[in-house]
Amino acid sequence: MGFADQFWQLTVDGLMVGSLYAVIALGYTLVYGVLQLINFAHSEVFMLGAFGGLFAARGLLPGGATPSGPASVGLVAAGLAVGAACGAAAAFILERVAYRPLRRRSAPRLAYLISAIGASLFAVNLAGKEFGRQNVPVPDLFTNGTLFHVFGAQVSTQTVVVLGAAVVMLVLLDRLVARTRLGQGIRAVAQDADTAVLMGVNVERVIILTFVIGGLLAGAGGFLYAMTFNASYNMGFVPGVKAFTAAVLGGIGNVRGAMLGGILLGLVESYGGYVFQASYKDVIAFLVLVGILMVRPSGLLGVRLGRAA
Amino acid sequence: MLLELADVEVSYGAIPALRGVRLEVAEGEIVTLLGANGAGKTTTLRSISGLLRPRRGEIYLDGRPLSSIPAHTLVGLGVSHVPEGRRVFAGMTVRENLLMGAYHDRRHVREGTERVFTLFPRLAERASQLGGTLSGGEQQMLAIGRALMSRPRLMLLDEPSMGLAPRIIQTIFEVIVEINRAGVAVLLVEQNAVQALRIAHRGYVLENGQVALTGSGADLLADDRVRQAYLGEDIPTG
Amino acid sequence: MLTPARLRQLWVCLALGVLAAVVTGPGGDSAHPFRALRRSVVDPRIGIFIGLAVGLWVLLIAVARLRPLLAEVTAAARARRPVAAALGGPHATTGLNAVLLAAAIVAPLLVSTAAQQSMVNDIGIYALLALGLNVVVGYAGLLDLGYIAFFAIGAYVTAYFSSSSAMPWHAPFVINPFFVFPIALLIAALAGVILGAPTLRLRGDYLAIVTLGFGEIIQLLANNSDEVTNGSRGVFGVPHLSVDLPGIHYRWGIDPLPYYYLLLGIVVVVMIAFGRLERSRIGRAWAAIREDEIAAEATGVPTLRMKLLAFAIGASVSGFAGVLLATKQFFNPQSFSLQSSFLVVAIVIFGGMGSRLGAVTGAVVLQGLAFYLRDKVPPTDRYIYFGAVIVVMMIFRPQGLVPSRRRRREIELAGTTAGASDQLGAAPIGRTIT
Repeated sequence: MGFADQFWQLTVDGLMVGSLYAVIALGYTLVYGVLQLINFAHSEVFMLGAFGGLFAARGLLPGGATPSGPASVGLVAAGLAVGAACGAAAAFILERVAYRPLRRRSAPRLAYLISAIGASLFAVNLAGKEFGRQNVPVPDLFTNGTLFHVFGAQVSTQTVVVLGAAVVMLVLLDRLVARTRLGQGIRAVAQDADTAVLMGVNVERVIILTFVIGGLLAGAGGFLYAMTFNASYNMGFVPGVKAFTAAVLGGIGNVRGAMLGGILLGLVESYGGYVFQASYKDVIAFLVLVGILMVRPSGLLGVRLGRAA
Repeated sequence: MLLELADVEVSYGAIPALRGVRLEVAEGEIVTLLGANGAGKTTTLRSISGLLRPRRGEIYLDGRPLSSIPAHTLVGLGVSHVPEGRRVFAGMTVRENLLMGAYHDRRHVREGTERVFTLFPRLAERASQLGGTLSGGEQQMLAIGRALMSRPRLMLLDEPSMGLAPRIIQTIFEVIVEINRAGVAVLLVEQNAVQALRIAHRGYVLENGQVALTGSGADLLADDRVRQAYLGEDIPTG
Repeated sequence: MLTPARLRQLWVCLALGVLAAVVTGPGGDSAHPFRALRRSVVDPRIGIFIGLAVGLWVLLIAVARLRPLLAEVTAAARARRPVAAALGGPHATTGLNAVLLAAAIVAPLLVSTAAQQSMVNDIGIYALLALGLNVVVGYAGLLDLGYIAFFAIGAYVTAYFSSSSAMPWHAPFVINPFFVFPIALLIAALAGVILGAPTLRLRGDYLAIVTLGFGEIIQLLANNSDEVTNGSRGVFGVPHLSVDLPGIHYRWGIDPLPYYYLLLGIVVVVMIAFGRLERSRIGRAWAAIREDEIAAEATGVPTLRMKLLAFAIGASVSGFAGVLLATKQFFNPQSFSLQSSFLVVAIVIFGGMGSRLGAVTGAVVLQGLAFYLRDKVPPTDRYIYFGAVIVVMMIFRPQGLVPSRRRRREIELAGTTAGASDQLGAAPIGRTIT
């Protein structure tokens, strides 16, 4: 079958993966917005969220047959909630341990990046030790099958669940940044932290909450990712780099840019993986990253956080 | 006394910026702080706002020491600071910038916005324009308007006339007087000494991080040393 | 006495104690996700860790109490230092270097063969790698996370030129690995320039991510191209180094000692050479770039060319080390994993950015730690400790174990002034316009 026949199927698949990249990318972009640094350990927040969600869903799963109906909905919701909570907790601890002490000493920015690498190494390998280094079996929380067709492309239950949850999260986050007082604080700190203080913004609080929000998203995203693909202690790295790519693609520090970047990257990868070879998907993502950084480092939508909602 | 600085010393690392500054601002006053570049004017304002912490000495607001009060709570105590270079949030609209001014207390947003728009009709026209796209004068108006949103008792203004056209400077100074008439004390840092001293009740001249001269606005305006140093006039010696 | 701050400190200490218990406790698997955790915490062993935590807390309080006293002592010591400097001066440094060199020469004779192997493969080669990366990170202030890729290039180039059987892909002729040194050096430097030319315009953390991607691509390619590199099976049978000159015939072999002394010689030569480089015009240009790139550019430093030079020099050292790795007979793409890249970064940071002695010390201490842990924990678990060490180091001693004088000053400055002292502290792209 040619590319044209597969186009819509690839689009549906790409959208699904892309929406996940978008959810994770928001964590990079938010933290970058308020601190101007790449939270290198974000991929581990994602991994820990995935583990938390999976274990919770498995713990609640009545043995035997695959659940259906309300039971499935409840299990997915529980997995998402616990995943988000674990992600948020991990991000909170990360900020307190690896970033805040450095901020108090006004360390050079290289130090933050290195501290984050250290935290990342620690978290990955500790997870590997505690939960084993094999793939974690993922329970079936619902019967997966084709729900309906769009332009001849099959849309599975899985796709609907992932895409639906991701879109809900993206919309909520967008509203939060544009409409709430906290969102206003985040945008103010991103644009000018000193002046934000003069307006009465508690910058430390905004920073920690930014990490927590990024962690909520990454944790829930991790659970969705684990349900779709696989889960293992080192599952964070590849989607982490891709989500970062997505954030840069859209313009790091820009919330809607991260969403757009995630979706675009998902599509590019899906098409590219078909045209070339599936195993080169990761290479494609890296090449996209290098390409954008060279051609348009400020990304498609520019870098300002929450510019004109 | 509304604001009092008692022997405040601030340094950047090993480099001292303020060496024992004493300064007072009473309710309802306009006090201006003059001095050459690097004399410590901006440092003084930033330490009052808590962005810098004195190494020695104390700053009192209503007689209450500020050293243990977090910077972000100061706006709640009635101090608002219009920083040097205006620093409006470039990626937010005019209205959002004003909303930021009321960040700590959202109860009076509507009246506050109306008041700012009456004071600066230009801002009302540009209400949904991004801060970064305004002209320098409009940005200054926005910065002052934003500071008014928190209903301050004391307003710190850092070089509001910097880089503006004379006609706009005139407007800004008129507004400062008007704000002051409404009962807000003003601590005004200026390079534009003549105009600042004309509207000020009192003034201080900073030199190398210390108060070198102080007096009423009129006295300072008449002082030879001030005229020579800050107004660029040649005073015949002897 | 028990202020809330003190109590919070106690909680932090206890949390650290429990964490340490978990880290050193038994491993688990995903079928019983919390069994390992439970076994680590619900175990008599936990008593030791709680005890240690409380001890740490008491120590912290004691140190806080004694701080005024300590300050006096150090002040007194500082007052005396000029005298000591006048007495010791450069002679002291030379003396110290001689002692260290002597220790390095004698050390391998006192340890087991396994330790000697580790001193070659883990410490020696990584010290060399760290010296190279130190030029990039420490001197020029560029964070290169794909540094290990050049190491891979060096190793594969060696296999290509010096053996017709090690890889499916090989040169039509075979040359002595010694002659591959200059070739690998040049090719790695060239790769550095090719990667660097387009990416060095980027700043700070962007560069880190791009180089990280490059490192990943190189490893992916090495791993997936079975018909070229043997893929994941690895390369086996590159001949050992040998010298065949009229009158001198020597062959390095299985015995680690000759390799050790060869490496030691190379490391010493590289250290001396980089010391000269650091003090040269080029070294000063790098320092200027690191401290303030825009100011450096404005004063006429050709910043892009200088950064490219640092990148190329670092890459060539890495390629050089790759030759040595290859002649140790076996390597596979695992040797060029991301974790190895991080390890080299960790060594440089741990030792002290910009410090040559620091790079070597970092290799000795961290790899020594790994060697010490080798029977006690599974090799992959070592990275838990490495990670923890890196974070702790960044919190308490960001200038590293043996900081360079210049770097220490910069970090002190960063703590006190508004200006960013690091190249990575420069405003990121697109945010410079206010």
